[in-house]
Amino acid sequence: LAKMSGGGSTLLGYIGIDTIIEQMRKKTMKAGFDFNIMVVGNSGLGKSTLVNTLFKSQVSRRSAGWARDEKIPKTIEIKAVSHVLEEGGVKMKLTVVDTPGFGDQINNDNCWEPISKYINEQYEKFLKEEVNITRKKRIPDTRVHCCIYFITPTGHSLRSLDIEFMKRLSHSVNIIPVIAKSDTMTIEERLEFKQRVRKELEMGGIEVYPQKEFDEDMEDKSDNDKIREAMPFAVVGSDKEYQVNGKRVLGRKTAWGIVEVENPNHCEFAQLRDFLIRSHLQDLKEVTHNIHYETYRAKRLNENGGLHPITCNDTQESNL
Amino acid sequence: RDVCTLFHCLQHRKQRSSVRLDDNLLTHGTLQKNLEGYVGFANLPNQVYRKSVKRGFEFTLMVVGESGLGKSTLINSLFLTDLYSPEYPGPSHRIKKTVQVEQSKVLVKEGGVQLLLTIVDTPGFGDAVDNSNCWQPVIDYIDSKFEDYLNAESRVNRRLMPDSRVQCCLYFIAPSGHGLKPLDIEFMKRLHEKVNIIPLIAKADTMTPEECQQFKKQIMKEIQEHKIKIYEFPETDDEEEMKMIRRIKDRLPLAVVGSNTIIEVNGKRVRGRQYPWGVAEVENGEHCDFTILRNMLIRTHMQDLKDVTNNVHYENYRSRKLAAVTYNGVDNNKNKGQLTKSPLAQMEEERRDHVSKMRKMEQEMEQVFEMKVKEKLQKLRDSEVELQRRHEQMKKNLEAQHRELEERRRQHEEEKGGWEAQQRILEQQKLDASRTLEKNKKKKIF
Repeated sequence: LAKMSGGGSTLLGYIGIDTIIEQMRKKTMKAGFDFNIMVVGNSGLGKSTLVNTLFKSQVSRRSAGWARDEKIPKTIEIKAVSHVLEEGGVKMKLTVVDTPGFGDQINNDNCWEPISKYINEQYEKFLKEEVNITRKKRIPDTRVHCCIYFITPTGHSLRSLDIEFMKRLSHSVNIIPVIAKSDTMTIEERLEFKQRVRKELEMGGIEVYPQKEFDEDMEDKSDNDKIREAMPFAVVGSDKEYQVNGKRVLGRKTAWGIVEVENPNHCEFAQLRDFLIRSHLQDLKEVTHNIHYETYRAKRLNENGGLHPITCNDTQESNL
Repeated sequence: RDVCTLFHCLQHRKQRSSVRLDDNLLTHGTLQKNLEGYVGFANLPNQVYRKSVKRGFEFTLMVVGESGLGKSTLINSLFLTDLYSPEYPGPSHRIKKTVQVEQSKVLVKEGGVQLLLTIVDTPGFGDAVDNSNCWQPVIDYIDSKFEDYLNAESRVNRRLMPDSRVQCCLYFIAPSGHGLKPLDIEFMKRLHEKVNIIPLIAKADTMTPEECQQFKKQIMKEIQEHKIKIYEFPETDDEEEMKMIRRIKDRLPLAVVGSNTIIEVNGKRVRGRQYPWGVAEVENGEHCDFTILRNMLIRTHMQDLKDVTNNVHYENYRSRKLAAVTYNGVDNNKNKGQLTKSPLAQMEEERRDHVSKMRKMEQEMEQVFEMKVKEKLQKLRDSEVELQRRHEQMKKNLEAQHRELEERRRQHEEEKGGWEAQQRILEQQKLDASRTLEKNKKKKIF
């Protein structure tokens, strides 16, 4: 029995329900949040530098104790490094997952498998926690929210490895392709390259983030269309500062000028950062949780006759 | 606003220097980092808020208490709406023999924020002569909402998960002035682990401040004696907030007065109850605790009430339910516990449901289609008959015209014949006349 009545602030006064936003804000700030970002691409494309530049901190594995001239590993490794960053009262536990060795071998067949396995393992961990009888208050979230794929700036087109990887993983994780080291191309070359890449992605049926099918309403669609038009972002990363016109900027100094990282006329780093962090951070997490994770969960529930809730006693054994 | 706080923070950060470096920073090392420059993830709460505002908020509130304690009036006062009005009289105006559980929904909009409020009322509670087990329908209702949520959570397809769990229960204590009634104690003991209970003293304007104070103390004592766990306000680090929370705690249970009639007092328009000896103002902190209740319920702790329901009460229900199934191995659940089926069977069932729904829709559509076809056929047949009729009509007309024409022609022929005959006669006469003339002429000549 339910009746709907068209109430509202018909009588005098202010109820105060818009303060619910404040309450949510306090809750988010107190709890802090997790964000997991994965970087994939050949060695030497500037992945670690870019991540450091994005978060304005030394957060990648390079800075966590490894030498810069480390040898290329023989097989792909997955290395995750976490840092807690704080800004404006908001705490973020940022985990950067690096994949050294990707695409560096002579035979790169199946080099996406370890990555796919890692992503699924994180979903599995979360699923196990969720299905538990006594659940933790806040399930630790190690699922990869965003995978930045670095495209080599050949100026020609995507390589078969790029297409293979993105085809296989775009259905289990949010992929954001970027053109690395874009200061090797002129603006015209860059535009052409981008167009070609977009066309190839379309032809291959690869849906990168933000996926068209998940636009919630017209506002979202128009915002996201603008972003889709500009992708893949051509970026340049740097952790060195130089003086330009009296300001200190991050950049790369060449004989013919200084490439300013945050200058929108030089490269699209600022756009990438705004898109990734300032406007779509929450959405990346939600798409991962509501769509990719649910897809994984549905698949899991269909195999082997299903999942049984487990007690906290036997978390070690798997009865899945 | 963000830019200001950001700037402030940056200033603050520059002065602090708290970078601790751990030595063993292998995989999964965590350390607090200082930021040289603004990244922008402090914007995250805004992103979360924007999405929530778009989707709107929901809140389910339950009110329990005997009839005539002013529950409906209080709800109307809290949300400045006429949820119960002369058109939709509240449950208290209807006589109930057994305890019912009814829900009404109200959409409240303010400042761009939408709140879908569900009020669950329990008319008939405590009104009968024998009130044993009058809490059972309430418990059943709360459990059924938990069960619905648990089932939705366990489904394979979880796209839509509506949340109708009861997030707060306002329990109205009659202002007897003595203490809790046995019914009050029983109810609260049975429900304190299922829902956030906030006890209220109803119709507080029947007591003087001293009586009220005394009554409150007595109630709190009894609540502690019986180990009833009413809703606890969460601890915070903020000094201001802690002060406010302590103030609220001191005044529990909140003594409320509800009213939506506006009265003029000293030139101000206030909501209140007019007595010959004065006006009891609803929003006056010295008259009653209505403002405290409203601020706490809506402006500061709504989110926390939802969180406690989700993290504590619901999880309790869930663990108990799942443990019962696992340990006993036998299906302990009286209803069709979907958890005991294997997810594969569950998906089959979901699929079957979906298929049968589709089939029903198909059937309905076919029926409608057939009906339409029949109608059209009938229409066509009718128009065919009509056409036929007209055709006959026209044929008849044509024949009639034919006959008429024939008739006329015959007449004409007759006439012609007659005329011709006449002509012949005339001719003959003429001939005769001329012959006679000839004859006469001949005779004359001779």
